[in-house]
Amino acid sequence: MDLSLTAEESAFRDQLRAWLASNVPKDWSEWREKPMEESYPYLRAWQRKLQEGRWAAVSWPQEYGGRSATLMQQALFWEEMARVDAPPMANSLGLGLIGPTIIACGTESQKKRYIPKILSAEEIWCQGFSEPNAGSDLAGLQTEAHVEGDHYIVNGQKVWTSYGWVGDWCELVVRTDSAAAKHKGLSVLLVDMKSPGVEVRPLRQMTGESEFNELFFRDVRVPVENVLGKVNDGWNVAMSTLMYERGAYGARLHLTFKRYITRLIELARKTKHHGRVAAQDPLIRQKLAQCSAEIEIMRFNQMRAFSRISATGVPGPEGSIQKIFWSELNQRLQQIAQELLGAYGQLLGDDPLAIDKGIWAYAYLRSRGNTIEAGTSEVQRNIIGHFVLGLPRSY
Amino acid sequence: MQFGLSESQEFLRDSARKFFAGECPSAEMRRLMETDTAYDAALWSKLTDQGYTGIIFPEAYGGVGLGKVELMLLMEEAGRALLPGPFFSTVILAGSLLEAVGTPAQKKQYLAPICRGEVRAAVAILEAEASWNPADLQLSATNRKLTGTKFFVSDAAVADFILVMTRNGVFVVDRKAPGLHISPMSGMDLTRKLYVVEFANTPAEEIGGDADLTDPFDIATAALCAELVGGMQRTLEITVEYAKTRKQFGKPIGMFQAVQHQCADMYLETESSRSAVYYAGWALEENAPDATTAVSIAKMYASDAARTVGNRGIQIHGGMGFTWENDLHLYYRRAKSSETAFGDATFHRERIASLVVDSIAVLGEACVAANPAIRKREKNCP
Repeated sequence: MDLSLTAEESAFRDQLRAWLASNVPKDWSEWREKPMEESYPYLRAWQRKLQEGRWAAVSWPQEYGGRSATLMQQALFWEEMARVDAPPMANSLGLGLIGPTIIACGTESQKKRYIPKILSAEEIWCQGFSEPNAGSDLAGLQTEAHVEGDHYIVNGQKVWTSYGWVGDWCELVVRTDSAAAKHKGLSVLLVDMKSPGVEVRPLRQMTGESEFNELFFRDVRVPVENVLGKVNDGWNVAMSTLMYERGAYGARLHLTFKRYITRLIELARKTKHHGRVAAQDPLIRQKLAQCSAEIEIMRFNQMRAFSRISATGVPGPEGSIQKIFWSELNQRLQQIAQELLGAYGQLLGDDPLAIDKGIWAYAYLRSRGNTIEAGTSEVQRNIIGHFVLGLPRSY
Repeated sequence: MQFGLSESQEFLRDSARKFFAGECPSAEMRRLMETDTAYDAALWSKLTDQGYTGIIFPEAYGGVGLGKVELMLLMEEAGRALLPGPFFSTVILAGSLLEAVGTPAQKKQYLAPICRGEVRAAVAILEAEASWNPADLQLSATNRKLTGTKFFVSDAAVADFILVMTRNGVFVVDRKAPGLHISPMSGMDLTRKLYVVEFANTPAEEIGGDADLTDPFDIATAALCAELVGGMQRTLEITVEYAKTRKQFGKPIGMFQAVQHQCADMYLETESSRSAVYYAGWALEENAPDATTAVSIAKMYASDAARTVGNRGIQIHGGMGFTWENDLHLYYRRAKSSETAFGDATFHRERIASLVVDSIAVLGEACVAANPAIRKREKNCP
């Protein structure tokens, strides 16, 4: 066990720090609150700039435009990005999930065709996985595709698609063999979102915004060469995508949470709660301390997980504790914020009396989705029960 | 950065696990807990042969000179076996205290025999108020004599000497000293016996001078958390095994999500406690600036987690979990005594608050805002 950085890790971090110091945009705070439709060109430009410095996809192999960064370096990358409050990248699903899947499962011509434009944010990617009747039970999905000549004809509906509204391409999981067992008859298609028959509708969520879309496919024609991986092996292709979901990305969450708690502590030092300075109220102190401690434990868990993955090469099912931990922690954190801010906590950004432009009311509502998105807490607990502890499958 | 165990650390952990499984299996642990002191001379000499009695102390005093991370691994295994007797009191608590505050001569006189396995020791801290805050101590030494009472002193009856925390320093009292009276308390944890220790004009020798006691108590607190992690791990294993084999309604109960999800939470709580303990061990070893915070984080989390893991484990066992013959209640008892020892979660949350909440530099401070958007984003605004 050695928690200090190796020479290589420090060099990587220093190089990144230096690059960020002269390249990170100074005006992100003016854009942050705007709807993503408005800020999207800004985010594309930022990604392009990052890639000019070869920083957009550090985890990717050198030959595909990345830096073959180790997991620790990837974690450092996200930490540094969070430290300077860098804007997110426009094509985050393409860079984080879909690009790596194409690199791992795609043909040479697919890699040549798609990878450079993912990096340059020229083509934005979305993911067509969940369906109205296939959420936690993803393998039960019904969107179907059959071959007619040299095309697949796709019919069905997807839901909870991030970036659907701006997506040029979609990694779409479809059923290509309805006679096979449910995990066996799936394939992954790379679908041009401008194809006739694709319809994108916004899905308004409880926060009032539309981060997600519904996608409708009606007789959409997809060339047969756009199958990613083998036909009817789509479950394994999709699972390799989901594995990347639990990668080093989590490294920046603890910094986000740390920023929240630091701000809450500042507010507690400056505001009154039940007639005295909130930071002197023993109950508030207890809650702030509990929360700061849990944010640290989340970081320790992450560091251990990264070391384990670095040693074994694969993110194991143990990663499920991370998902449970951060999602439930954020809900507790947002509740503490609400208690601390009292009546003001509920004020949304358009109210002149809202604290910090209403982020606390927004974050409280948004955190409610954390234990549902990217695998519900219930599914994560099933994964731990069955795959980690070896208990019999419950479903 | 590498937050996994090295090969030699894994070796230490594996050999400790094997050692405790062989020398202190459940039956032996239960035999010892039924004795008055839970101390066994034969087991002690085997602990000594392994080098465990000198694990973290300098070779100059007969120790092995390993680090705090290694100590955490050893204590995790000791906790897994519910090792009865004065190992924690003697080696971890008294040993660390002596190493931190003793003069070289005192270390030779008191620490070296601990390393060599020749003596047992206890540390008397709490008084009638049972406060873990050193500022609340009342007992003080006058002309190197002690008069007063200490409570909840672990393993005092088998101690060859007792280190006594007083308002004016740490003192050592020999077991044969005049005016020393030791009587048992009846604690819930049967593997770690508690005593009242009374002093009546009892001669005592001062250990060292004005030294900072934070470090030895942090080491002891972290080690106690490591024991809790071992206990949680064992509770989890026993429970998962039971959930796989116990059948109701024609299926193993572990197939029911209500049971499975409790097991998943036990795993999450155990692993998170372990991460916190390993980090604390590393921070103590490296004298990291956040070492004390890290210890409090571990104690805060593990104190609550050990109780919760015990609750879940016993609940999943149903009636079987409520029986004397099942080992779970023994871990549950230990978890409670360790929860209060060196401050419970509430105590450590306050310590974290004083280290974290009170230390964040707030530009300009003041501004006890009556909102208007926190008086246009602060500044001093009185």
